[in-house]
Amino acid sequence: MTDDIPAEIQSWIGQIRYEEATEFDVERGYIWTTCASVENANPIFWDDAVARELTGGPIAPPTMLSVWFRPHYWAPGRTRVLQPLQIHFDLKEKLGLPEAVMTDNEIVFEEPVRPGDRLRTSQILHSISSPKTTKLGTGRFWVIEVRYTNQRDQVVGKEFYTGFGYRRAA
Amino acid sequence: MAATTMAKTATGGLTAADVKPGDPLPTFPVDVTATTVILGALASRDWRPMHHDRDFAIHRNGTRDIFMNTPNQAAWFERYLTDWTGPRGRLARLKFRMKDSVYPGDRMEFSGRIDEVETDEVGCTFVRATVDLKVGDRTVTQCSARIAIPSSRDDNPWSRSGERWKP
Repeated sequence: MTDDIPAEIQSWIGQIRYEEATEFDVERGYIWTTCASVENANPIFWDDAVARELTGGPIAPPTMLSVWFRPHYWAPGRTRVLQPLQIHFDLKEKLGLPEAVMTDNEIVFEEPVRPGDRLRTSQILHSISSPKTTKLGTGRFWVIEVRYTNQRDQVVGKEFYTGFGYRRAA
Repeated sequence: MAATTMAKTATGGLTAADVKPGDPLPTFPVDVTATTVILGALASRDWRPMHHDRDFAIHRNGTRDIFMNTPNQAAWFERYLTDWTGPRGRLARLKFRMKDSVYPGDRMEFSGRIDEVETDEVGCTFVRATVDLKVGDRTVTQCSARIAIPSSRDDNPWSRSGERWKP
């Protein structure tokens, strides 16, 4: 049921939006910080000899896909905070839903991501639900896909996020 | 801190001969602190305040504290699964639903079971497993994972690319 959703937002469904390059090359500092955050001792991330033998050299943990896509919190000349999943924030604003959480995440892992890669991303809105009420408040669920490719135009992965934008009960 | 169990070499780990549907995965407990949540958010470049600002989380989001973000939960699932398979295990697909949040002070406990083992037309063995992330007796996140493991001792799923990798 999308008949009460503004036409502008309905027109976004299925459209490729926000085709962007990530702001920096994939690098090992973040790989090690991420491994440290979950105490991941997998030697393919810590031991170059193992990485050479198994993965043809160092790679990033596959679940770091979205890390490379998140903008710096601040950069010279920037007057506002850029958001990493802009369609999600566009929906909150256009639908008048001030709060939001993510409820579902699906990630498909294709070619490995390697240090030095520069990824490109795009976002596609797949669906918006009718109004729903949960314990957080009343709002709508939406599904957004993010596609990732590397500098060789190989697909490195796809992510599907389900977000719930809501207004808290008074 | 959680116990570290990953094999330190390239050769350890599961192969297709070691797994069958119905087998349980090991349980793995993790005590969550504010540092766990904030380190996980910043490691994943997630600057949103509900993952580091308790006042914002309580008064804006209506949650009881800061809570673990989505990419960090994915990183915990990856760590859990590849601790189990060993370094030749290669994630193909991960899908999870967050029914509730994980907060500082919680003890997360990961557990799981094998739903299916299949070898595709190009000879890659995939395990499909369900993983539960519980806090106490509540499943806060349920995850369905598809992960490739070696079909034999001399197989390596990481060597697959293009048409030979069908996640």
